[in-house]
Amino acid sequence: MADRPKLGVFKFASCDGCQLSLLDAEDELLAVTEVVQVANFLEASREVIAGPYDVSLVEGSITTPHDAARIHEVRAESNFLVTIGACATAGGIQALRNWKDVDEFTRYVYAHPEYIDTLQTSTAISDHVPVDFELRGCPISKAQLIEVVAALLQGRKPNIPTYSVCVECKRAGNPCVMVAHGTPCLGPVTQAGCGAICPAYNRGCYGCFGPMESPNTKSIGAWWKELGVDDQGLVDAFRGFNAWSPAFREASNRHEVFVEIGGTG
Amino acid sequence: MSGTREVAVDYLARVEGEGAMRVKVVDDQIEDVEFSIFEPPRFFEAFMLGRPYTDAPDITARICGICPIAYQVSSVNAMEDALEFDVGEQLTALRRLIYCGEWIESHVLHVYLLHAPDFLGYESAIHMAADHREIVERGLRLKKAGNAIVTLLGGREIHPINLRVGGFHRVPTKKELDSLIPELEWGRDAAKETIRWVSGFSFPKVEEEYEFVAISQDGYPMNTGRIISNRGIDIAPAEFNDYFTEEHVARSNALHSRVRGRGAYLVGPLARYSLAFEKLTPAARDLALEAGLGPICNNPFKSIIVRSVETLYAIEEALRIIDEYEAPKQSSVPHEVKAGEGSGVSEAPRGLLYHRYRLDDEGRITDAQITPPTAQNQLSIESDLRVVLEQNLELPDDDLSWVLEQSIRNYDPCISCATHFLKLTVERVTTGG
Repeated sequence: MADRPKLGVFKFASCDGCQLSLLDAEDELLAVTEVVQVANFLEASREVIAGPYDVSLVEGSITTPHDAARIHEVRAESNFLVTIGACATAGGIQALRNWKDVDEFTRYVYAHPEYIDTLQTSTAISDHVPVDFELRGCPISKAQLIEVVAALLQGRKPNIPTYSVCVECKRAGNPCVMVAHGTPCLGPVTQAGCGAICPAYNRGCYGCFGPMESPNTKSIGAWWKELGVDDQGLVDAFRGFNAWSPAFREASNRHEVFVEIGGTG
Repeated sequence: MSGTREVAVDYLARVEGEGAMRVKVVDDQIEDVEFSIFEPPRFFEAFMLGRPYTDAPDITARICGICPIAYQVSSVNAMEDALEFDVGEQLTALRRLIYCGEWIESHVLHVYLLHAPDFLGYESAIHMAADHREIVERGLRLKKAGNAIVTLLGGREIHPINLRVGGFHRVPTKKELDSLIPELEWGRDAAKETIRWVSGFSFPKVEEEYEFVAISQDGYPMNTGRIISNRGIDIAPAEFNDYFTEEHVARSNALHSRVRGRGAYLVGPLARYSLAFEKLTPAARDLALEAGLGPICNNPFKSIIVRSVETLYAIEEALRIIDEYEAPKQSSVPHEVKAGEGSGVSEAPRGLLYHRYRLDDEGRITDAQITPPTAQNQLSIESDLRVVLEQNLELPDDDLSWVLEQSIRNYDPCISCATHFLKLTVERVTTGG
């Protein structure tokens, strides 16, 4: 089976959770390895088969000079490059540094900041190299992961919806937590894919799949304020796991202005 | 053998995160041993400053995709300590139940997919499956049984969404929990088979006199408690920094955790097992003895047996909690927000995980400290490497490298966890020097 397509899995700054999704696909894992050659997946195997790779899954964000160079090497040896998860697609929770002084962060966490070689920002893979497909989520959905790999190998477009979590809630028959319980929820501006689990567990969506295709962040901000959330609360909400995605970044900056001038937005 | 040998692995496989190993031997004398971490720093403690206390379980989960429950439970324990309230027995039992799920999925992942291939000479479990498909399938099904607990109680297996300071967003019904029972009952037998399977591997004769550190609670150490050691430590979590410290080691540019005034210590399965053997279930104790373990285990390579024993324990404990479950009247306990400082501990699959936070009077975080297990074990990992190296100097480089890698994997190191805390500069290898 030497002609199986080659799969590579590459890690940058991340928690390992998205690549773990592949190992968490307990029912599919062995079947996948029969149709795909796992050529480079260090979390799972010592064996490294040289590229090029038909499909490369890239987890994590770019936060060091070394990684900023390494992603170009990965791109060069990948036919399809798919980013998996919020870190690779939007910079991840570690992008909260982008609003702060990283030197100060370094002094806070490390006794010897002089040993730390880090960039001022945490950025998405697509800020550095062209990306063929972006898979959302913190973490990704393993069903979506299998779908993307299958679609690329079959030469078709992956079937990954870009509508909001609200659609998933309606389909699941969840009562709307904002309407029924007055619980602030980012579902209306967040892309589907998680299965609307937070509303199903009586909590508001916290946006871990990032902005949906046409997010109306102003409207959701006004709605949250009616529910008693202030501007600082909205800054915190948009500055989550997809803080540096353009739509959420812009929304958080807008509310931050009102925090600073003490007005209302 | 005269001359200089360097064995280096620039990117360790089958561990969580990016780590490297380098050893240098000059004329059969070990000159340098280094287990290093080059995972990029992510600054969790720093960017949590100013965030509301309620964010801690969701944010700190993202330190590790393998053991998010450990982060969530240690953080809520610390916050509830800071706010001076307790969630009561039923909600604590539910936290212990989801923790059982994480132990099962994480331990089985490590035993079957990451560690066993070393003992049987395979590059990976995928390679191993070509010869031992039924065994790998048993492992995957067992892992899934653990993930099913996490998914039911947490909403999803990675970065669950249901834990909160005060309890849960939603508690399960008895009927929902009962749905887990059949697969867990299958899992109880599969876990026994797992213990028998791994106990047949051959183990290097390495015995080390560790200072074992783990938490102590009514049951087997898992979700909350005091911190104890086999050399007399018995402290509340709030005293952690009085007894443990990180010291700078110039040789490796690393911060290493030590017991103050003593030295290296060990957290994780060996420590828990050796400190709390009597608290295992009777079946887990019997199988451990049948597998050739005594009530104390000092051989790090046998951690694979101990993880398998803990997997059986976690399955039986999960079944017990489900059996005794009555849905709590409220899913979370109301509490007053106020300024304070709190510490929390729990036993991540790979060992003690300590969190400490200080809050202002609006409940915003003004100080945060997270000490993960792999950082605490780093000194012991290097000490093991020296012992294993000394015993195996006659091996060719490739085989030597493999046994040293295996020695690191004994710890199931989670480098993603350790990294926000540790940073080593990688010393690139120059061979033949």
